[in-house]
Amino acid sequence: MVTQTETLERRVWDVLETIEDPELPVAITDLGLIREVAVDGGRIHVTMVPTFSACPAIGVMREDIRKRLGAIPGVETVEVELSFAEPWTMARMTERGRERLFRHGVSVPARRGGGETGPTGVECPFCGSTNTRLENPFGPTLCRAIYYCLDCKNPIERFRPPGE
Amino acid sequence: MTLAAVPALRPPEVREALIAYLLGVADDELIVGHRHSEWTGFAPDIESDVALSSIAQEEIGHARLLYERVAELAGGDPDALAYGRGPDAFRNAVLVERPNGDWGFSITRMCLYDHADAVRLDALAGGDLTPLADLARTLRREERYHMIYGEQWLRRLARATDDSRSKVQAALDVAWPEAEALFAAVAGQDMLKEPGVLAVDPATQVQRWRDVMLPVLTDVGLRVPAGPKQAPVPDGRHGQHTEHLAALLEEMTSVWRSEPGARW
Repeated sequence: MVTQTETLERRVWDVLETIEDPELPVAITDLGLIREVAVDGGRIHVTMVPTFSACPAIGVMREDIRKRLGAIPGVETVEVELSFAEPWTMARMTERGRERLFRHGVSVPARRGGGETGPTGVECPFCGSTNTRLENPFGPTLCRAIYYCLDCKNPIERFRPPGE
Repeated sequence: MTLAAVPALRPPEVREALIAYLLGVADDELIVGHRHSEWTGFAPDIESDVALSSIAQEEIGHARLLYERVAELAGGDPDALAYGRGPDAFRNAVLVERPNGDWGFSITRMCLYDHADAVRLDALAGGDLTPLADLARTLRREERYHMIYGEQWLRRLARATDDSRSKVQAALDVAWPEAEALFAAVAGQDMLKEPGVLAVDPATQVQRWRDVMLPVLTDVGLRVPAGPKQAPVPDGRHGQHTEHLAALLEEMTSVWRSEPGARW
């Protein structure tokens, strides 16, 4: 038998899957930013794990989560807690999230390892070449570095996980 | 669990000492972040422009997280802590308030500061206060990119030309004693021992920092200033500052002061 709490929890996850990072066209669940959802009656407690602790998008996402979950019938309060107990790693990103970022034009490290130079190198999202070069470890956001594709001559944004 | 709920922090004198300590770290991060941001649009090349802007954003973000912890203990609002205090209430080391000067000074300061910050965060990360240790571990791993960047530039400048080497050496002569003062004790520092806030005391931290920095500096032929210092370094941890902090705050807080309490 499905209890009311289970139904509400399912509904909460469904809504979370439709909230995107304001800086990337990917759901926050596919980025692995949500660690836990606790439902107690009409009270919802969401535990969030940021990629970079100083990411300015965190505030926007917390507010989005509060508003969107608050609009679910039966929800009374929504708390969104930032947790640093477990660090965010590439393993938290789903394969779907990786694919979406890549299609959007952001090169993404493998979900395991997550270092900047894996055995396969940094893949160009435009032509697929791995003949690429690091231009700048810093980019337009904290989670992006800049590479250059030596084959198709395009600059590339590379998802940069926090240092291990 | 919030810091305010930690039983070991109930005695007011312990709480006050921790507030002073965290405020010192947070103020360092905010002020150094603001100095880095002054390079936006003016750095020697576009990669450095992006790098300094990104590092500035991250240091200021770290400051915000630390001000939130201070606010948990002391009450109040993190924004008011950052923008609503006068220079006497700031607890940053004077190293970070110094104007950027030339690129050589900025890079030298960044390199000394980030390595010191890493040692300090390691000490917090190994401490017994879980909410602080978790946060410190997170900040520490994010500092890694800053450290690599600053050290690469320092090595490059020290080896490039006579001119660049002499500028970096002059910067080091000024910045080294001020960087040591990053480890100066705050009011009530001894109170932090009992709850195990720091896994490593500041006297040992400064030694660890020297052990990391000296091989880097000697490797590129830079020397650390020896002997008696020309002038004592003002004790920023007790609110002593140079005139540069007041000027920095005047500019940094002007928008906030124009409409206190405004929401953006």
